[in-house]
Amino acid sequence: MSEPILALSGLTRRFSTGGGFLRPARSMTAVRGVDLQVARGDIVGVVGESGCGKSTLARLAMRLLEPSDGTIRFEGQDVTHLGGRALKSLRKKLQMVFQDPYSSLDPRYTVRDCIKEPFRALGEPVPPGRVEDLLDQVGLPRSFAESYPHQMSGGQRQRVGIARALAYAPDFVVLDEPTASLDVSIQAQIIALLQDLHRQRDLTYLFISHDLGLVRYFCSRIVVMYLGSVVEVMEDPHAAPRHPYTRALMESSFVPDPEARATIVPLEGEIPSPFALPLGCPFAPRCPRVQDRCRSELPQPTATTIGRVSCFNPIEA
Amino acid sequence: MLMEVKELSLSIGKVALLDRVSFSVDRGQVLGLVGESGSGKSLTALALTGLVRRIGGRITGGSIAFDGQELSDLPEPAYRKLRGKRIAFITQNPMSALDALKTIGDQVDQVSRLHLGLSRKAARAHTVDILTRLRIPEAATVARAYPHQLSGGMKQRVVIAMALAADADLIIADEPTTALDVTVQAQIVMILSELVRKRNIGLILITHDMGVVAQICDKVCVLYAGRVAESGPVGQLFDTPRHPYSAALIGCIPRECMAPGALKGIPGTVPSALNYGAECCRFASRCARADALCHTTRPLPHSQGAALVACHHPQGTAAQPEALDV
Repeated sequence: MSEPILALSGLTRRFSTGGGFLRPARSMTAVRGVDLQVARGDIVGVVGESGCGKSTLARLAMRLLEPSDGTIRFEGQDVTHLGGRALKSLRKKLQMVFQDPYSSLDPRYTVRDCIKEPFRALGEPVPPGRVEDLLDQVGLPRSFAESYPHQMSGGQRQRVGIARALAYAPDFVVLDEPTASLDVSIQAQIIALLQDLHRQRDLTYLFISHDLGLVRYFCSRIVVMYLGSVVEVMEDPHAAPRHPYTRALMESSFVPDPEARATIVPLEGEIPSPFALPLGCPFAPRCPRVQDRCRSELPQPTATTIGRVSCFNPIEA
Repeated sequence: MLMEVKELSLSIGKVALLDRVSFSVDRGQVLGLVGESGSGKSLTALALTGLVRRIGGRITGGSIAFDGQELSDLPEPAYRKLRGKRIAFITQNPMSALDALKTIGDQVDQVSRLHLGLSRKAARAHTVDILTRLRIPEAATVARAYPHQLSGGMKQRVVIAMALAADADLIIADEPTTALDVTVQAQIVMILSELVRKRNIGLILITHDMGVVAQICDKVCVLYAGRVAESGPVGQLFDTPRHPYSAALIGCIPRECMAPGALKGIPGTVPSALNYGAECCRFASRCARADALCHTTRPLPHSQGAALVACHHPQGTAAQPEALDV
């Protein structure tokens, strides 16, 4: 791999809560020691269920949250503790599209104001015609420039969110579940748009999603997270998974084909509370392949033919 | 037929929201009611449970026959005896269906005490039995817990338990798994499917997830802008969808075997109920097969294979072996 555009190493984020007069503070680790390198032009999908730390990871990579530990390097430069003006400049190259297009746009801003916002934040003039260009690129009519978010549908709003992220012509875009609140037909439109933009503008994406089917279609690499840890990295999104959790996720996303109706054996139980992480492998209490060792030792990532897996008893290839 | 809905039309105020919707479900069957947001799925559920009146809705035509009884003009007191007892309703958000101030057990008990006339003690035994059958570990302990002490998947099981507590014949489930994680969704979907077979009840499953439909439904009714686009057996719908909208909806689901760029979506958006045309196909403006006829004449449902299709230019028939083109 040539120099990665984004390199995360040992990235960790802890949150603490509570801590009142009589109550001790409790702390949880939302992201635990994540190592990840993203090459230029990649579409890396981060997939997992709620509470696995995927959104926290996205916010850490964007420097919207401060990491508790670990480093973030962007284009070779250590940006872990960048602040002030330097951080604002970083955002010209590193942008984000948020999950909910209803809350990520200011209801009192017109579409034009929304798209101009990144320039205003840096106190720079907006190049003439930029707003119209961006509307063209995201497939919205130019007449929308003077509309307000409440006049638009969810899919249209998300296009505005994408236009805003592209305002400075970034190299890297973090997409935090950009289609989770949209209908499937609109989701497919947005994914097609993101694919076109990726090709035309030579972008790199970090795509956060809970939908493994979508990630396998859209992404060139897959990172699977469970309770804050990366359990598997798949360099080939179409390969058979090695980690039992990845396989369970795959079986749980039903294939839209009645003939492929499988008598799946769903995973028992639910994700444990992140405040009381089990000792050893976080997936051990639900894992069908669990061994004694899994309950006491934390598995370290080991290389597989398709990536790496953190499991003592991975599924054979 | 356990429930047969014929040409049901419904308005709120002056806005007509459902237009001659027909479908049926029998015992031991799962009917999937699918469509995008705004297609009228949830409104249909409210109509079937008689709750639509509470939001100002009015049935303007058609019939709802449940086990031989006509429901469309049933007065509220009679509906109240039916609802919860013979027709159970599972809502999308389990949190809003549960009372935060009562224990799980009290809430499930209430159903069987009210509808089956069980004593306090017998009702609790009944509740624990149902919770156990829904694979809730340590059901007796869970029955003493409050909703906030349970996870989302667990709460949804409790809501299903409430639906089963009075031995309902028909369950109407409105997006029962949408708020849940995929591994938990798989558990709930399997539980529902098992219930229908084991207890020989009917299930109307409202969902936008074609994967779930393919997994457990026997029949499917595709709604678009308040009308039925296509209804028929699940196999034919996925194999050879006849209505261009059904085909497009199936084509919107990303599959790993798809070539890059194959996922395109459906251009445009669902029309607003204020702009529904009467004498046209409401999908025409988004449809690649539409011509002048589609913009001026309403397509009426007619047989295509085993399905009923409301389209002037259905696809996938022998005469027109065309590929999906959206």
